[in-house]
Amino acid sequence: MTDRKIRVLIAKPGLDGHDRGAKYIAQALRDAGMEVIYTGLRQSPEMIAEAALQEDVDVVGLSILSGAHMALVPRVLELLRANGQGNVKVFVGGIIPEEDIPALKQAGVVEVYGPGATSETIAAAIRSALPDDIVI
Amino acid sequence: MDLVERALAGERLALARLLTQVENDTPAGRAALDRLFPRTGRAHLVGITGAPGTGKSSLANRLARAFRSLGDCSPARKVAVLAVDPSSPFTGGALLGDRLRMKDISGDPGVFIRSMASRGAVGGVARATAALASVLDAAGYDPIFIETVGAGQSEVEIVRLAHSVVVVDAPGLGDDIQAIKAGILEIADILVVNKADLPGAENTLRALENMLELAYPAGSAERRRPPLLRATATTGEGVEEIVRAILEHRAYLKETGGWQRREQDRLRREFEALLSAALVARWREQAGSRAVHELFARIASREVSPSQAAEEAVKKTMGCE
Ligand SMILES: Nc1nc2c(ncn2[C@@H]2O[C@H](COP(=O)(O)OP(=O)(O)OP(=O)(O)O)[C@@H](O)[C@H]2O)c(=O)[nH]1
Ligand SMILES: [Mg+2]
Repeated sequence: MTDRKIRVLIAKPGLDGHDRGAKYIAQALRDAGMEVIYTGLRQSPEMIAEAALQEDVDVVGLSILSGAHMALVPRVLELLRANGQGNVKVFVGGIIPEEDIPALKQAGVVEVYGPGATSETIAAAIRSALPDDIVI
Repeated sequence: MDLVERALAGERLALARLLTQVENDTPAGRAALDRLFPRTGRAHLVGITGAPGTGKSSLANRLARAFRSLGDCSPARKVAVLAVDPSSPFTGGALLGDRLRMKDISGDPGVFIRSMASRGAVGGVARATAALASVLDAAGYDPIFIETVGAGQSEVEIVRLAHSVVVVDAPGLGDDIQAIKAGILEIADILVVNKADLPGAENTLRALENMLELAYPAGSAERRRPPLLRATATTGEGVEEIVRAILEHRAYLKETGGWQRREQDRLRREFEALLSAALVARWREQAGSRAVHELFARIASREVSPSQAAEEAVKKTMGCE
């Protein structure tokens, strides 16, 4: 019997030291039926890409509060592509100024969420971003 | 090159995707397992089990790193970690957090860490854990550490799966009574009291020591007594001794024939499980759905017992009647 689950990596790049939001979303996506790999604080883009590769995830969620998103996010995307994982859907959450969002999407981010986004919205966005053969 | 060839050639993304196919039990995954089977049976499978939060992941991190720099093989050993966490029985989702404690090894190209959800299986590992281990085995990873769900009670499956089982205890868990309940002494090949830096570690050690005395009285050499070691995974203290104990247990299994015995038991069980599934499927097909329904109805109405019905079905399917 084929048993396909959506696999999500939730990572927290950069140096800011609190991960409440990242943990909250990790739990919410688990409650939405996904398998969520949580890697914790202070992950370099290299570590994130390596974890995404080993875990063969469908989705990477980056939580960034430090303001360094314009450096970190494109780097993660670049590494994913270099590893042959250009198909992985990348979402960003955290404190991201409105004016940076178009550039992030241009770089390949599917969607950007601020602190007000509900977990239902995010789970639904993940499902609709993935191809149909991934069902849960 | 296809996925199997690429994975065997050392391509890590191909290996990761192959693991997904196998974990999801797809036709491609099953075909890959068949092709890889002749290359399996080499890796040392080391279970790491114990109650929640005792430091299993932190120890796996240290052990994997230590084996990477062991210097007994050239080129250096490739090491894998399979870490199982529970799936929610309600939503089917899972939060896989073991990687959080494995940062030291997560950048090492000679280490492959894979998180798995238990997906409804009880017993501490997922149904596909053995299959994933054999893929990593075929790809040249050795040893392969398998961290079980930290339920602390029913991780008996790991004994069947692994060659060596490391049971991790830590101070402050209610100690001896809980250990007896969990039957950890029976499944341990190596016993580790982790968090030796915390107060109470001496008590935990003493309690386990006493239990070992009772379980393995002096002079009786019927069963191998597991070494009792202390460690602090956060600093790495005591890890060298665990590495030595793992290597010793491997050598012991090879010398005594235990390695082969475990291997044969495992393969026979796997074969028999597959055979029974195949025979049931064949019976259903041959008997036809009408007859299957009728038989179930006769069982439900207590006309025949399940065992009588099974006997009847075997006779019919095997063509003896
Ligand atoms: N003081 C101390 N803390 C430790 C030690 N080893 C691990 N810890 C801490 O104990 C906590 C749990 O460690 P893990 O390695 O995640 O334990 P685990 O057994 O894998 O946990 P589960 O997988 O959730 O069952 C973490 O906060 C670790 O930092 C140790 O030797 N000493
Ligand atoms: Mg763990």
